[in-house]
Amino acid sequence: MSAVQIFVDLLAGRRDAAALASRDWDGVIGVARSEAMLATLAHRLERAALPAPVAALFADQRAAAKVAQAQALWEAEMARRALAPAGIEFVLLKGAAYAAAGMSCSEGRQIGDLDILVLASDIRRAENELLNAGWEWVKSDPYDDFYYREHMHELPPLIHKTRDRMIDVHHTILPRTHRITPDALLLMSEAVETSSGFRVLNPAAMVCHCAAHMLADGDLQGGLRNLWDLHCLTVGFLKDDPDFYLTLIEEAHRHGLTNVVRRGLRLANSLYGTPLQPYVAPLMSSFEPELADDFYIRRLLARDDWGRVTRPLLEQAFYIRSHWLRMPPAMLAKHLWTKWRKG
Amino acid sequence: MRHQARIAVGPVQFRIGSDWPEPIAALERLYADYPRDDARPADATVRLFAARPWRRWVRPSVHIGGDFIVPDALPLPLSMGLLAAEMGMNLQVALGWRRHLLLHASAVARDGRALIMSGESGSGKSTLAALLGEQADGGDWRLMGDEFTLIDPVGGDAFAFPRAVSLKNQAIAEVAARVDAARLGPLLAATPKGDIRHLVPRADAIAAMHEPARPALLLFPRFGGETSVERMGEGEAFVRLTEASTNYVALGEAGFAALTRFVRETPAFGISYSDSAAGLALVGQLWAEAAR
Repeated sequence: MSAVQIFVDLLAGRRDAAALASRDWDGVIGVARSEAMLATLAHRLERAALPAPVAALFADQRAAAKVAQAQALWEAEMARRALAPAGIEFVLLKGAAYAAAGMSCSEGRQIGDLDILVLASDIRRAENELLNAGWEWVKSDPYDDFYYREHMHELPPLIHKTRDRMIDVHHTILPRTHRITPDALLLMSEAVETSSGFRVLNPAAMVCHCAAHMLADGDLQGGLRNLWDLHCLTVGFLKDDPDFYLTLIEEAHRHGLTNVVRRGLRLANSLYGTPLQPYVAPLMSSFEPELADDFYIRRLLARDDWGRVTRPLLEQAFYIRSHWLRMPPAMLAKHLWTKWRKG
Repeated sequence: MRHQARIAVGPVQFRIGSDWPEPIAALERLYADYPRDDARPADATVRLFAARPWRRWVRPSVHIGGDFIVPDALPLPLSMGLLAAEMGMNLQVALGWRRHLLLHASAVARDGRALIMSGESGSGKSTLAALLGEQADGGDWRLMGDEFTLIDPVGGDAFAFPRAVSLKNQAIAEVAARVDAARLGPLLAATPKGDIRHLVPRADAIAAMHEPARPALLLFPRFGGETSVERMGEGEAFVRLTEASTNYVALGEAGFAALTRFVRETPAFGISYSDSAAGLALVGQLWAEAAR
């Protein structure tokens, strides 16, 4: 049994941590670290019987994640203080949103940059307000800057000069040039407020974005973590609403994300045991497996006991796919040519 | 990975994997007398690897990786594999350890109290700690470590990280003259950090590596120039130590509380000295005052 499989089984609750051999932990911890999920695992196994050194390491991880989360939410608060006086509304995305909304996936979840969504019509003003409040440009390359502004769904990343933290300001959730164009106005207008006073996407939209981010916008790096988010979000929302899948599929349809969301749920089901609920009425929704799912699973599980990626060709293929989805062929060719010339 | 070793230094259990046998063999020799628990799961993983498969044999160069990776870190030639392993271990602790506040500082202890020395590379903190750890006359200092000192955020005690001391340049001859050659590693000449030779701490220091010591004196040594002693205020010591800590920010409030308490309870001095004898004399004098 490979370490990554044991890791996934532990998260899914399919395997008893107490039954692991002492030496199995090296690989499990190595994989968890390379997926930036050690603190997530530490939370999942908080009440499990663990060898003392593992229990101690996990306690460290939980404490550190708590601090990191407070720091990430503080960053969100700083953005609010910069944007609110100008009347610019924003919605938190990804890690910070899960933490602000108290979703179960936020327990121990690493939060990198602060991701926010603003109305496309507010994006220039948001940029100005943030620059005035101490954020500054990271990228100095004119082509990259042009590329972001012309084709991406976000501003070039900004970093705060004293706190050294990045913010990604989005105006939609997939690149402009992507084959799928979600309705950002709907996402913004139907966002909900958390008890902590921040706005986040509504449940169905949150799951849609999670799936889109993982399957339509990247090369599956960090895929196990994104999929864990998807699993936890879905399970949580199903508890509040047994017919959540109806709302979800309808929302996905509005953004052109039906296939993406369905694939995400199928993958989450195979790895983490997310319940799937097909419908025939009031709308048709099924989860028939597709041939390609297998490639995704293999890519997601491509780690050895030392935390290294094991399938370079598959990794490369998903990297190429992510670019293929992101822009039309002629544009992709031009982009790659420019990047290649610049070395 | 093909070759591997497990080493425990202070509270950290390392797993080191390598594409080549040489760095592992060198590590096993250097750490032969450290206590081992091969069944204990590792806290930190170090990987020494060839960037391309053929680079295992053709101009082999050792890349340093593991749980945490520094992008653009330069590889080392295989002849410096031991240095690569040591750098890898330090890197994983610096970036990954969260149980204690990590200070980039050397430390020695006596009667359950710790003398902690912080400074840049070249300040002499390693050499002073190594020499104190070897003092035969009126010594009895226990070497706690030459690279990191660990401060318990809850109780405020210092904990040891007694990896093999990394002696550099002139310090090699100075220390080698006083110790059994069996406790010295191979000479690594002309590394990016100069000549390096490792010193295995005394057996009693290794045996006592889990014993805490109460911080009693904090020094910021500076090698070279006139002998001088300058009392340092809490504020300056605090700021210097935030810069000398690799996880101060990550620990958040707990780190702030631990460091505040540390500088309030521990008298601090900046010292300059022209040679080791002068340095040791200064340390002895300040310790006598602090330990009263």
